[in-house]
Formats: sequence, C-alpha cells, structure tokens
Amino acid sequence: MSAALQDPVVQQFVARETQKQRFQGLIHEMTGRCWDTCMVNPGSKIDTKTENCIRNCVDRFLDTSNFVVNRLESTPIPETTPKKSGFLFG
Amino acid sequence: MDGFSSPPVGGKMDSATREQLMSQVKQQIALANAQELLQKMSEKCYKKCIAKPGTTLDNSEQKCIAMCMDRYMDTWNLVSRVYSQRLQRESSRMS
Repeated sequence: MSAALQDPVVQQFVARETQKQRFQGLIHEMTGRCWDTCMVNPGSKIDTKTENCIRNCVDRFLDTSNFVVNRLESTPIPETTPKKSGFLFG
Repeated sequence: MDGFSSPPVGGKMDSATREQLMSQVKQQIALANAQELLQKMSEKCYKKCIAKPGTTLDNSEQKCIAMCMDRYMDTWNLVSRVYSQRLQRESSRMS
C-alpha cells in the first residue's frame, strides 16, 4: 500500500480526490447549516423564499470564511513572544 | 485492499493494479458520501417530523419524513449548484 503512494499517477489521483472531497464535505456542512436556518416546513417543493434564503446562506457562509482568512492574513502578527514577566513566567 | 502484488522498483505500478486501486478508492469515497448524506438526512428529518416519538412510526410521520427527504435532497443539490457557481465566479475573477 505504501508503495502505491510512491507512484506519481496515484499521488496525483490522491491529491485530486482529496481536493474533491474537501468540496464535498463543505457541501454537506452547508446543506446542514442552511437547512436549519432556512427550512421552516418541508413542503411539496422548495418555495422561492426558502430558495433565496439558501442561496444567501451559502454565499454568506463562504464570504465569512473568506473574510476570516483575509483578515488573518492582512493583520500583522501580534507580538506573542511571551514576556518573561507574564503570569506564566512570573 | 490487501492482496496487491508489490509493484516493481521505482514506485511505478502496472496500470491494471493502479486502475483497480483507484476505482476501489472512488467506490469507498462514494460510499462515505452516501453515508454522510443518510446520516444527516435522518437527523434533520427526525427533528422536523417526530415531535413526540410514539409506539410506531405512524402514517403522517412517514409522509412527513418522505417529504423531508426529498426537500433535503433538493437543498443539497441547490447548495452544490450555488457553491459551484461561486467557485466559477471566483476563479474567472482570479484569471
């Protein structure tokens, strides 16, 4: 099995499938969250209001995730080197 | 997953073994995704449809669950459509 992982074609396959699975996992996650947020009463079809809610829910979830990453990237790393006088070192 | 003959030196497998391995992995991934969907569906539809668990799953509860499953599937499809539209939008903006 470990020898299979040396094979370049298999390596590529694994990388691609891992990426695909990340998308899939996110879809499962967002479906669950947006269902809880938007679905009041499952009727005979998804009505317009619910559909819009789900669309917004997905887009805002992704916005939030992007925002968090961007903000962390653009914020200078705070001085976290512990000063020797903190309560951990006092 | 066992029983593969060890690949020749240099880390290259013969293509039949490789194909077999990759299709097995794909099958297992598909199975895992189906299980995740089933598990989430049961959880969500139980919550929507079974207010007071009685001695049986009565007719109206079964109807509710069936409807709920269909709408959950719809939601799943809608979410994946919206997500892939979003991915396309962002990748075209990057290029």
